[in-house]
Amino acid sequence: MEAFNYRKAGSADEAVSTLASAADGKFLAGGMTLLPTMKQMLATPDTLVDLGGASELVGISRDGDNLVIGAMTTHATVAGSAEVHSAIPALAALASGIGDPMVRNRGTIGGSIANADPAADYPAAVVGLNATVNTNKRSIAADEFFVDVFETALADDELVVSVSFPIPAKAAYQKFPNPASRYAVVGVMVAQTGDGVRVAVTGAGPSVFRASSFEDALGGNFSASALDGLSVSADNLNEDIHASAAYRANLVGVMAKRAVAAC
Amino acid sequence: MSVNVSMTVNGKPVSAEVEDEMLLVNFLRDHLRLTGTHVGCDTSQCGACTIHVDGVAVKSCTMLAVQAEGSNVATIEGVSDGETLHPMQQAFKDNHGLQCGFCTPGMVMSALDIVKNNPSPTEQEVREALEGNLCRCTGYTNIVRSIIAGAKEMEAS
Repeated sequence: MEAFNYRKAGSADEAVSTLASAADGKFLAGGMTLLPTMKQMLATPDTLVDLGGASELVGISRDGDNLVIGAMTTHATVAGSAEVHSAIPALAALASGIGDPMVRNRGTIGGSIANADPAADYPAAVVGLNATVNTNKRSIAADEFFVDVFETALADDELVVSVSFPIPAKAAYQKFPNPASRYAVVGVMVAQTGDGVRVAVTGAGPSVFRASSFEDALGGNFSASALDGLSVSADNLNEDIHASAAYRANLVGVMAKRAVAAC
Repeated sequence: MSVNVSMTVNGKPVSAEVEDEMLLVNFLRDHLRLTGTHVGCDTSQCGACTIHVDGVAVKSCTMLAVQAEGSNVATIEGVSDGETLHPMQQAFKDNHGLQCGFCTPGMVMSALDIVKNNPSPTEQEVREALEGNLCRCTGYTNIVRSIIAGAKEMEAS
């Protein structure tokens, strides 16, 4: 790993101002992706601003019909939260399937979505549940947040503060995990929300996307059989040693049906 | 840049000047000479570097030493009571839960974390909770047996 300056921020405001004073700084959340990336020299920031001291970024609360999760809340905390289990059990289940126990003890929701790994689980929850990402500057709708591979709508100096999930009538997440990493080869979140049925797909494409033909079919008939004969195009889907684009396209349908059945 | 870090390791206060980029596992191994914590893959996958920070299992190859400032750190060296093995260590010995032994410190630290969260885990629960620990010798069967036996012994004692 290349040398860098470590700064620990005591608050979100301090983190933002510390980052602003660095030439090429990055926020350090749980570090479960950033530190391995730096070991491989794929990222070489000159400053890391550790958010671990910003206690206001940690926590889970109900705000009316929304469940609000602080950016520095770990996957283990979300997975084990009675509040999450009662409000959005699918979200607790999703968090409990990320990585492994040690990764879940450090990794955070804010870090995951800011990193926007195409195979990460949380983007499917953010988009599938029509969440709002609250930053130090503004609120960003889920459909606007994820842009492309490892790219979000966040500005370089913008910090995710919390994610607000409207509580759905029903939701379920199903993924076909890579057996080694537990990243999603394909993961699908299906939800009945105030905005209608939403189907969000992670792992399959460069970034999380909605399967609109699935949403339309499920809007008329919320059952797995409503998806019979429907498929997503394999064009532009991810291809690697684990799965071809066609295989991933097929998995989207399979995982979506399983998610509907699990709702 | 270097920074002074202070933490408690296996009950003893330690303090040292380290580079900002020093990983916690390297601090334990190279500065404190606590070489029981192993570096296996160095890519956060294998779990050989598993330790407890403030009572929670983490991969010490994916955490900076300076991030553990003020923390309570437990490594495999702090598990036994002097020469008397911890019931979980004894269970690994009794059930042939290790062959080459490279993964074993991480396995034991994960096992203790599993039992802390779930004092009587089933075989399936142990297998799922070992997702982050790789062993290339045993095929896991005896590790799972060891952890279930260790959990029973811990509950009894």
